Amino acid sequence: MNAVIQGILTGGLYALFACGLSLMFGVMKVVNLAHGDLAVVAGYVAIGVITITHVPVLWSFLIVVPVMAVIGYVLQRTIIQGALDRSALTTLLVTFGLSVVIENGLLQFFTANSHGIGVGLALITDSFNIGSQIQIPYLLVLIFAVAVVVLLGLQYFLSRSVYGRLIRAVADDKEAAQLAGADYRHVFGIAAALAFGTVALAGIAYGMYAQLAPTTGTDTILLFAFAAVVIGGLGSLWGTLLGGIVLGVAQQIGAQINISDEVLAGYLVFLAVLVLRPQGLTSRRVRS
Amino acid sequence: MTANGDRTNGGTPLLEVRDLVVHHGQLRALELISFGVFPGEVYAIIGANGAGKSTLLRTIAGLHQPTSGSVLFDGQDVTGLRPERRARQGIAMVPEGRRLFGSLSVQENLQVGATYARPGPWTIERVYETFDWMRARRNQRTAQLSGGEQQTVAIGRALLTNPRVLLLDELSLGLAPVIVQRIYGMLPQLLQTGLTVLLVEQDVSQALRVASHIHCLLEGRTTLEGRPADVTAGQVEAAYFGLAGAAATPQPDEGE
Repeated sequence: MNAVIQGILTGGLYALFACGLSLMFGVMKVVNLAHGDLAVVAGYVAIGVITITHVPVLWSFLIVVPVMAVIGYVLQRTIIQGALDRSALTTLLVTFGLSVVIENGLLQFFTANSHGIGVGLALITDSFNIGSQIQIPYLLVLIFAVAVVVLLGLQYFLSRSVYGRLIRAVADDKEAAQLAGADYRHVFGIAAALAFGTVALAGIAYGMYAQLAPTTGTDTILLFAFAAVVIGGLGSLWGTLLGGIVLGVAQQIGAQINISDEVLAGYLVFLAVLVLRPQGLTSRRVRS
Repeated sequence: MTANGDRTNGGTPLLEVRDLVVHHGQLRALELISFGVFPGEVYAIIGANGAGKSTLLRTIAGLHQPTSGSVLFDGQDVTGLRPERRARQGIAMVPEGRRLFGSLSVQENLQVGATYARPGPWTIERVYETFDWMRARRNQRTAQLSGGEQQTVAIGRALLTNPRVLLLDELSLGLAPVIVQRIYGMLPQLLQTGLTVLLVEQDVSQALRVASHIHCLLEGRTTLEGRPADVTAGQVEAAYFGLAGAAATPQPDEGE
């Protein structure tokens, strides 16, 4: 029981990992292999921001999210769009290259040591008990709540705002959108900015939950994000939460059986979904 | 239809194409096409499948880059402009196959059209007044509409940019003749708002009925140009099928 609740809450963290990846794929058909590394970059930026400006740890996102959003817009309008203009394969290779560059850059400048984002508040480090069996860390509850708020916010933006409507239109048919006067490159940039904003939150959240190292991006965040997206259904926003929860619960149950089986159990579910229901548990497009 | 005043009085064309050559990969799709569309005209490009009609329209809208030649709009060279820039300057296109945004509702499709609108007579309210069935079904997905209804939404979306020239690509494609009649029947109403129309149509009789000027393409070349009243059915047939060039068919020396 405890494992299931822990798993569900961890699913919130995985949904944060996954929703940006899903958005980039749903709108631009970009599989961003640098997704996880960018989350690590965001985490490192957060550590830097906290150290230099002494903002309260929990509020560091107010700086990191806009910074990452701007980076997202610029990367999309330059490197990623340039690759998209060539082919889907080029895009995959370019994001892979970006991933390698970032990872090695982080190793070079920040060493292989891992860093955590220290949250000194008792609220964050403590947990509360339900009965004698169930122990729930406040931090996981907070991250889960953030994930739900992010997904609600994205859904609201996509369904109600002018740019949200343009993002959906461009995802459907970018030529038709051009004929209506929309510059799809700019709209792609906005979508990338949103995705990178969620990447920033993912990096900060993971830095609080565990430790960030230069390789965390590819060996943990990207893989878990992929698993959550595939389990939940490609391009579906709420599917990433469902996928994250399924992944989280599978991992926690695996850990109950044997602590070393935690990660393996998650990937077995991922594989099972790929084989049995390749379209994912939900198969909606990115939309309201 | 509107008179040919500007054409005969030596006015300037609103839209002009000069020596346009367009390639589809290795294939030469258009070969030195030139013509002008004058304000208030309904200019119809006719021709068989593969004559290059849609390519011509797409090049004017900016979706294709020509190999050489130029597109002028209101006297300005727009050949290098991206499609979205041309749309914001007043060139709107209803693309072949309608190309509505499938995951958006009817109203959202219209709203996208209105996002970068020029100032002008068309508002979503006015579209609902013109096509009265649309208001009640504004929250439906476009996939739930019939082909004719989808075509009407596509026209509404294009009108909402408040264009000066409206490009219509094969409106009749895949639609029942009755529906095609009804859609073309709306043209006079649109022209009253000061619109100029350039359309591509495979259905020649339909084109001859609505057009003030026709231009026939055959394998990327101009074979006939003129007012419907000034050309004979035989000329049109010859220009459309290229019979004048086919030696096997005994045909008087009409057309090109």
